[in-house]
Amino acid sequence: MLRTLGARRFEDLLQAVPDAVRVRDLSIPETASELELCRELEEIGRANRNTKQILSFLGAGSYEHFIPAALPQLLARNEFYTAYTPYQPEASQGTLQAIFEYQSLISELTALPVANASHYDGGTSLAEAALAGLRHTERRKVLVARSVHPHYRGVLRTYLEAADSAVEEFGFEKDGRFQREEFKKLLTGEVGAVIFQTPNFLGVVEDLEDVAEKVHAVGALLIIVSNPLSLGVLRAPGEWGADLAVGEGQVLGLPMNFGGPYLGFFSATKELVRRIPGRLVGMTKDRQGRRAFVLTLQAREQHIRRERAASNICTNEGLCALAASIYLTLVGKKGISEIGELNLDRARYLREAISRLKGFKVDQSVPVFNEFVVNSEKPFSEIESRLLAQGILPGAGLSRFYPEMKSAFLVCATETKSKADLDRFVRGLSEC
Amino acid sequence: MLIDPSSELSFEKSRPGRTGCELPKDRFAAPAGRDGLPGSLRRKSAPALPELSEPEVVRHFVNLSRKNFSIDTHFYPLGSCSMKYNPKVNEWAAALESFSAVHPLQPEETAQGWLRIFYELEQSLKAITGMDRFTLEPAAGAQGELTGLMMVKAYHASRGEAGRRKVLVPDSSHGTNPATAALLGYEVVEIKSNVRGRVDLESLREKVDRQTACLMLTNPNTLGLFEDEILKITDAVHKAGALLYYDGANFNALLGIVRPGDMGFDVVHLNLHKTFSTPHGGGGPGSGPVGVKEKLAPFLPVPLVEKSGERYFLSLDRKQSIGRLKLFHGQAGMILRAYVYIRTLGRSGLKQVSEDAILNANYLKERLKKLFPVAVDEPCMHEFVLSAKTGEGKGVHALDIGKRLLDYGFHAPTVHFPLVVPEALMIEPTESESKETLDRFVEAFQKIKDEIDTNPEIVKTAPHLLPIERPDEVLAARKPILTFRDCDLFVLEKVGHT
Repeated sequence: MLRTLGARRFEDLLQAVPDAVRVRDLSIPETASELELCRELEEIGRANRNTKQILSFLGAGSYEHFIPAALPQLLARNEFYTAYTPYQPEASQGTLQAIFEYQSLISELTALPVANASHYDGGTSLAEAALAGLRHTERRKVLVARSVHPHYRGVLRTYLEAADSAVEEFGFEKDGRFQREEFKKLLTGEVGAVIFQTPNFLGVVEDLEDVAEKVHAVGALLIIVSNPLSLGVLRAPGEWGADLAVGEGQVLGLPMNFGGPYLGFFSATKELVRRIPGRLVGMTKDRQGRRAFVLTLQAREQHIRRERAASNICTNEGLCALAASIYLTLVGKKGISEIGELNLDRARYLREAISRLKGFKVDQSVPVFNEFVVNSEKPFSEIESRLLAQGILPGAGLSRFYPEMKSAFLVCATETKSKADLDRFVRGLSEC
Repeated sequence: MLIDPSSELSFEKSRPGRTGCELPKDRFAAPAGRDGLPGSLRRKSAPALPELSEPEVVRHFVNLSRKNFSIDTHFYPLGSCSMKYNPKVNEWAAALESFSAVHPLQPEETAQGWLRIFYELEQSLKAITGMDRFTLEPAAGAQGELTGLMMVKAYHASRGEAGRRKVLVPDSSHGTNPATAALLGYEVVEIKSNVRGRVDLESLREKVDRQTACLMLTNPNTLGLFEDEILKITDAVHKAGALLYYDGANFNALLGIVRPGDMGFDVVHLNLHKTFSTPHGGGGPGSGPVGVKEKLAPFLPVPLVEKSGERYFLSLDRKQSIGRLKLFHGQAGMILRAYVYIRTLGRSGLKQVSEDAILNANYLKERLKKLFPVAVDEPCMHEFVLSAKTGEGKGVHALDIGKRLLDYGFHAPTVHFPLVVPEALMIEPTESESKETLDRFVEAFQKIKDEIDTNPEIVKTAPHLLPIERPDEVLAARKPILTFRDCDLFVLEKVGHT
């Protein structure tokens, strides 16, 4: 090959690289064979305790759910897995149709007519929704419920501060529902978008009656963060009058994977379609009149508009969106509401059982989906280490998120838990 | 026929009552009050998800997959995208339950394996780039850019220089560079390329001043050329008190050859889904770690992974940090795959990657430049740009050549980018391809060149052997059909099923 180039040695090709900065020695360990590497990785993996070994009641933004066996097999199809962004539609109809179906599925769940091809995760899709809302209303302030997941609010703050916009928060009641009075007081004509989460971070299914009217009355947009797996049973963002719906799609067939890759979903009203950041797939016809799918409305995007783009986003979470599509297509119309009912049932059973224990208090008056707050007399760290010794992860301590909630913790029970699992946990707690 | 040409949607295949997943029927809670959910909080109308049996769902998606080009089926010389082979051992590791079934908020003592992977990947990336510290949080290159510029902004502000409102980008830069700068409210200033396809030093010196926050640069640039005056460039920028940002989209040329840190860059992002072999997945997930020099380390996002003795932990309380970028700890699954890739190749293997990528690109350039002129004719790095301007007389554009290549079983190069080259065909073969594949690619190019002379129509109307031909993008944008409900209104009766 070098001969074809008329070069004598490889180094001739590097004339443009200044000698002064050439690497002399790369301090990386030498290669390992595949066999050795596999052993090494299994060994490192043993330093983790995974949820097949321990009984986990952790939720708080990442959830253990059942994944049908057909899903990982389909997802591993090389033609999906190792393709690039579908810039050549003729060579990418598989990916493009799958994304079109994903958009349709998300739109069905959220009851909003438009959805994009995905964002990095729920936090970044919320931040992008807030930025889109502010661009649309030409305002510089968002109002967010303090009961929205603290990490979502963290990401929101990072993005909005960088864009010189303000974030203001309104609090929640003792039972976890948002504070109506504070919300009404802070909702002024300066606010461009208002953000609620339901079920919120504390597990409570919010009653958002009248909220959209109040938000729209001051000319602002309503953004609802939701759990897409709850939308077979819970009232959907579109049914609450939301303009934008976002959230985390990990629950739709993705493993917890220590936090990623996940799936930020994003849907909106028709009015906002040209404000939507990221990729959109549309249906059209080809030269012969056949149905075809293409990336569309690209005039919003960075590779066309450069500094005038709606967002800088380029890569999305294509494969995770595909996983969600496969998941939703497998469980289908019947399954999505059954899974919702199963989650309601498991959480309700567990909440009732814990409420009967001495030393623990739960508020049974608020509606929840699959997660709820437990107040304990003992510090959470003590409960956690005791139960961990028995192979149980009791949930997420809340004091790191809300300093005033000193010994409270968040417990999650999904359809993955059997009656025996739930009873074992209750027994473990009763011995703390 | 081998490939099912149907484009029927799962929604259209749906038949009432079917499901692809049976679920438990038992309920544990006492029936009284059912589920404690008042009717006002319940969904009003059920979402119309498809109703299909498992075999129907499987056939639907497998048939869809067969309508894709991919690295595992085709040569994919897409410039600036580093479409290299994705080793299967990476996937084996990522599928281990000991990694995939771990919750991100588990107590640190139950996630030491994961934290070790994060820690060790950071050490490797530091060694490979010459930077002092990395965050593995950013989810993709564009979020890496955003992270990098947020830190640049915070750095200048901490020194009382918040007045630096300009970001310089070359006219050949990736679109994400100006888009990211604009997102942060920066004024974007373009620097011209010179006749050698490099940053014009004079133009740079004119434009860099006390209002400049940073220069964003890809090196090798999007023409595949190494900025040979890089040390003068970094010097000029630093003298003005501004910083240098390295866009790592083209880092596949530099492993073990030269390090951004040694060239004078202050901030670097890498694309693990390009250089470090994590699969592209049809457009993500990616991962875009960002490395910085010590002076910028205080501004890194949270969390960082630290090591004390033999214990790994997350560091969250960092006062000058730009804050949180993602819900949890970055794209952990991608971080694990990149770790496996680096361990598989080791020190000499990594260098071999870039050497082979450079050799492949130069070999292809040397052979193809006899057919189409190369934008700048000198040794390239991992990619090069041809100009298909010569086809214009026959009405053939770069796009058409790309589409005709699909008929010959090759994915199209990046076309009409970079914008500085008319009728650009940007070709990046990567290290993964054999000489035989490259030779077959040249043969296809030769045939297309002949067709342009003898039968240009066949090129202009290509492709002819794929499931669809030239979708109407204007129609798609004029009347957006973005979900199956839109197509109920408009398309079904007109286009029909194929």
